[in-house]
Amino acid sequence: MQYKVFLIKYAEIGTKGKNRYVFEEAMCKRMRNRLKPHGEFEVRREYGRIYVEAFSDYDYDEVIKVLGQIFGIVGICPVVVVEDTAYENISKSLIEYIDSEYKNKNFTFKCHARRNDKTYPKSSMELNCDLGADLLEKFPELSVDVHKPEVMIDIEVRNVAYIYSKVIPGPGGLPVGTNGKGMALLSGGIDSPVAAYLIAKRGVEIEAVYFNAPPYTSERAKQKVIDLAKLVSQYSGVLKLHIVNFTDIQLCIYDNCPHDELTIIMKRLMYKMAEELAIKDECQCIITGESIGQVSSQTTQSLLVIDSAIDKIPVFRPCIGMDKQEIIDISEKIGTYETSILPYEDCCTIFVDKHPVTRPKLEQILESEKALVGKIEDLYAKAMESVELVYCR
Amino acid sequence: MECYFDNAATTAVFPEVRELMVKVMGEDYGNPSSLHMKGVIAEKYIKEAASKIAKELKCQEKELVFTSGGTESNNLAIIGTALAKKRQGKHIVCSGIEHASVSATMEFLEKEGFEVTYIGVDEKGVFDLEELKSALREDTILVSTMFVNNEIGTIEPIEEISKIIKDYNENIVYHVDAVQAFGKIRFSPKKLGVDLLSISGHKIHGPKGSGVLYIKDKLLVRPIIHGGGQQKAMRSGTENVPAIAGLGLAAELMYKDNETKMKHIKALKERFLRGVTAFENVFDNSGAAPHIASVSFVGVRSEVMLHSLEDKEIYVSAGSACSSNKPHVSSVLKAIKLPQERLESTLRFSFCEDNTIEQIDYAIKTIGELLPVLRRYTR
Repeated sequence: MQYKVFLIKYAEIGTKGKNRYVFEEAMCKRMRNRLKPHGEFEVRREYGRIYVEAFSDYDYDEVIKVLGQIFGIVGICPVVVVEDTAYENISKSLIEYIDSEYKNKNFTFKCHARRNDKTYPKSSMELNCDLGADLLEKFPELSVDVHKPEVMIDIEVRNVAYIYSKVIPGPGGLPVGTNGKGMALLSGGIDSPVAAYLIAKRGVEIEAVYFNAPPYTSERAKQKVIDLAKLVSQYSGVLKLHIVNFTDIQLCIYDNCPHDELTIIMKRLMYKMAEELAIKDECQCIITGESIGQVSSQTTQSLLVIDSAIDKIPVFRPCIGMDKQEIIDISEKIGTYETSILPYEDCCTIFVDKHPVTRPKLEQILESEKALVGKIEDLYAKAMESVELVYCR
Repeated sequence: MECYFDNAATTAVFPEVRELMVKVMGEDYGNPSSLHMKGVIAEKYIKEAASKIAKELKCQEKELVFTSGGTESNNLAIIGTALAKKRQGKHIVCSGIEHASVSATMEFLEKEGFEVTYIGVDEKGVFDLEELKSALREDTILVSTMFVNNEIGTIEPIEEISKIIKDYNENIVYHVDAVQAFGKIRFSPKKLGVDLLSISGHKIHGPKGSGVLYIKDKLLVRPIIHGGGQQKAMRSGTENVPAIAGLGLAAELMYKDNETKMKHIKALKERFLRGVTAFENVFDNSGAAPHIASVSFVGVRSEVMLHSLEDKEIYVSAGSACSSNKPHVSSVLKAIKLPQERLESTLRFSFCEDNTIEQIDYAIKTIGELLPVLRRYTR
């Protein structure tokens, strides 16, 4: 059966008061954009609900996948449309629907009818009772439970009638673009795309920055980050990726600073660059995938020292309290895991010391960084001038 | 100066081959199985290609089956023999330094109930013939070895191996993966005592997706691809006529003035090795094949050197290109017992007749400049 209509459920937007219109429209716009390649669809808001109606053939799995990537959507209900609302027709369609949708009929249900058309010959209550009775007569294995039904069957009567009972969960969150913009640091690992996803989920538009270090990292490592950015963009919308050539800066640090502090000093410079890029593109936050204690540069002491490098913009770390497995679970769910585990080195791992500091002191790091003065400025400026932009979609 | 030194990975297609293939695709596009004229013309290309390759291999045309490349040829040879002879025995012998298309096929057969004995190599990569002798058993049905090693260029003593096998039991089938040997060495499977021999087109300036399996007359091999019965049902599927025509012509062109070509390539290789081993802590691991040089630059990880050279338009391989998307330490380099520091710093430079002395000198000079810089930055 090809469903003609999907009812889109959303939760949090409903609480946004006067801004509700803005949120709904942002979500509808995104739905229209994403559905365009998959057929002819109309996305419309009516009576405080959002419906997607298909006017052409489409691939069910693809459409569910696309809608399942749109933040703000809590549930997607495939709806059977009954054109002729005569009671017999509704009853017949309901029986056919239950028959084809539920192979095993051994469950409890409740009919939940509403009528928009108050002139309809049966009241909502009568519809509930009569349709329920019809179902029980046809499928004796069914039983009614009005308090905790296993299946809630919704019947809405208006100029046509809608029948639905299944809710396919959506990603939740808020429509992208309703909450400003953030600059995500993408490394090519598992955590950073998850972090970008989690912040995008709260309605934040995403840009990203990747620090490239040829010849120590390969063209394929860069391509991997672009691929990851494309995967995140399926949720977040077009993602502007800044690719910074970091090699000379890294070598300069290597030549002038203690090797056990390389990672910390390197990350401080990355943050500075990210902050500058973020401000230039009007982002309100930096997003990273750090999780406390995962590696030496992610101890609380290291994070403190790294954070001190910037002071204009907050750093959001949605993975900060997660275990690795929890992050992996999300990356598998959103589809970035397979790409993240491709084995290309990123610039963070190339010069890693055998015993990097785990409890750096800010004064000590600032002291070490003095050795860079007079050498790093030109390299920094050159790197910022030569940023390569890739629009990932 | 662009220097393509990755000819063991793949080669540029000869212009003549390109032209021929365009003609076949655009004009003589018939299906060789069609009864009409278009089909007859297409079939002629296949016959012509078979005749050209048969001439180089000094074998009969009917002993050749066209495949999609070296990998398919190896699969057909090994699986096809195992299926045909499984009632006589389920034991197979191969070496520990085979290409993945052989070693992975062996692993597949092991899961299907066959037993495989892997023989070792010496520090030059030459098979241990004593080990081979003691590996042969009453139920051995197949021995499979490579001719020229793809990573270090060792030339294996095929004739000797064949003699050992056939002296033990002449019913044992001997398969040789000659992908890196064909076009570089003149040989005839019959004279070498080889029953099955794999060839690939794109290593000899032919198209990708083209290959041949030589199957000795009357030898029983079970097909692994079934369908319309093309190529005497040994390999069903409409023949890839442009690729087959291209492969035939490439083989002919490759063997034209072959001695001169190989002398040139060998001179390039020697000049290159002399040049780079003059630098401190650079080691040569190469075998005798004229086109393959394996060099370790101790203190520089192979990937870093590869990308630094790439930056200077010099294109080479780290380990074996076919599997470079999975960083692993090369099993060939491990088998010849290179020390750890050389395992992770080895690059393969593989040449063809189009390479020049100027390119070699440019590469040596570039490496000389890169080495001290790259060695400063190690982890």
